[in-house]
Amino acid sequence: MQHGKYRFIVGFLAVPLGLYALFVIWPFIQSIYYSFTDWTGLSPEYKMVGFDNYSRMLDDDIFWKSLQHSVMFALLVPLVTLSLALFFAFMINVGGRRRRGGPAITGVRGSGFYKIVYFFPQVLSIAIVALLFQFAYNPDSGAINSLLRGIGLDSLQPLWLGDPNIALWCVMAVLVWSTVGFFVVLFSAGMASIPAELYEAALLDGADRATTFFKVTLPLLWDTVQSGWVYMGILALGAESFAVVQIMTTGPGGPDYSTTVMVLYVYQKAFRDGQAAYATTIGVALLLVTLAFAAVVMRLGRRERLEY
Amino acid sequence: MKTTETPAPVPAEPGTPVLKTEAAPGGLKEGKKEGTTLNVFSHGVLVIWAIMVGMPLVWAVMTSFKDDASIFGSPWSLPDKLNFDNWSRAWSQAHMSDYFLNTVLVVGGSLVGTLVLGSMAAYVLARFDFPGNRFIYYLFIAGMSFPIMLALVPLFYVVDNMGMLNTIHGLILVYIAYSLPFTVFFLTGFFRTLPSSVAEAAFVDGASHTRTFFQVMLPMAKPGLISVGIFNFLGQWNQYMLPTVLNTDPDKHVLTQGLVQLAVSQGYKGDWSGLFAGLVMAMLPVLAAYIVFQRQVVQGLTAGALK
Repeated sequence: MQHGKYRFIVGFLAVPLGLYALFVIWPFIQSIYYSFTDWTGLSPEYKMVGFDNYSRMLDDDIFWKSLQHSVMFALLVPLVTLSLALFFAFMINVGGRRRRGGPAITGVRGSGFYKIVYFFPQVLSIAIVALLFQFAYNPDSGAINSLLRGIGLDSLQPLWLGDPNIALWCVMAVLVWSTVGFFVVLFSAGMASIPAELYEAALLDGADRATTFFKVTLPLLWDTVQSGWVYMGILALGAESFAVVQIMTTGPGGPDYSTTVMVLYVYQKAFRDGQAAYATTIGVALLLVTLAFAAVVMRLGRRERLEY
Repeated sequence: MKTTETPAPVPAEPGTPVLKTEAAPGGLKEGKKEGTTLNVFSHGVLVIWAIMVGMPLVWAVMTSFKDDASIFGSPWSLPDKLNFDNWSRAWSQAHMSDYFLNTVLVVGGSLVGTLVLGSMAAYVLARFDFPGNRFIYYLFIAGMSFPIMLALVPLFYVVDNMGMLNTIHGLILVYIAYSLPFTVFFLTGFFRTLPSSVAEAAFVDGASHTRTFFQVMLPMAKPGLISVGIFNFLGQWNQYMLPTVLNTDPDKHVLTQGLVQLAVSQGYKGDWSGLFAGLVMAMLPVLAAYIVFQRQVVQGLTAGALK
């Protein structure tokens, strides 16, 4: 198969690789370079300023706030999402009533229905979900507070997104709401491929279902859980947290910088404040946080691979 | 704890979720009625979450048919009558029709481009041995984990210098470039699993490499193309960050941007019912498509994460 091989390879790779290099790789490299300049983004002139942007960043209180919030997004959102998803998936697949003569482990009735409904938010744009919840959180006429009034909790009327103490939690809850279903479906597929004999053996040994979950299901699903964590964390550091914070919060990033995240701060510095070079510096910090996060999760989660 | 007789131990009492990792398995009681408690409990939590997922969507649909007064007065009441004019207002006056058209154009162009270019690159990387093959493969993979926002600052000026800022074709090219990493990653894995004997036979029969690819390999890769196509379709249809940065001309707005814009401007005009109609209008086609193609969508979206 030698004949014309290299011409073919070049012909097939040139366009995709060229497009990718021009629009993805090249801007990344430029970004790192610009972080050592005083480029404003408004005029083409700039000069090198060494590490000035980096020392400015270390003194920037808003940067530290955004870093703290981004780390919370990357750790807490996947933790809550994956725990809920594992719990629901276990209930769907193993929580069923045992029928006489049936298999030892059964899913609940209507498991297909639950999986379909839970998956709904996943097909919607995070922007639409964020808009929807912005109205739901509205303190006067939003769905949540009027529901609270409806069940007689008139005294409990939080300002939700308007309260700096809970605004960040409100925003993170929306991300959890929209992604749990995806992982329920993912974990269900994983659980379905665990052989029933393993469950039967565990039951014969007298294990209750909680023990079964921690000793059988979780170890066998561990690889999926781990890659899910990395996947979710990268989303929560990047595009998804940008959309929810930018759309839902006042400011955006407020009130009083209580919800600002790194990805939003990059955007604001570059396209609102005309400080493109400083924006790329924060972007480099975001890159380091993302890589560190992925490395830590992969390392902490390393376990012996179980074959079954 | 020996179980010689039938009853298997029942795990937790209701209200003791297994979810809490601290909950020690030791404190569990043995029940009498086999699995019943568990069954009721598991149905209970599953129903609660289904309601939590469904309620906001139902609320949005209800609200889209109400007039402004009842949206504010009683958010949870059923609409007195179906105000279809909310929908027509959103469609024409609020430019939802334009946003739909822009989105269809952008997503149509980029989806085709992504699949064609992605499968070409993936095929070469999967089936041919040449110096730099691994390097190019990992270059593509790296794009999946880097924060896109970092590249967007210079990208804005790259696109601007090429005169493609606020254009549909500029947006299409950027969408394709940012969809390539996952597409190449996924399809490379897929092409590797295909048997090589068929391609070799075609080649022996005198077909060129290009012809072998388009007439033999692509049809064989159809299941993979469908999965990655659905994945990219939803990702591109729902894309918000790229257009927000690169597509600031209101006439060229895509659906997600248009809705956010609408939320800001309708807020001033006080036309909340029109806004909700717009939101629901944007939600329903995707939800309907999901319900119809449920199995394929789930496969397409989870395929990548399972690898």
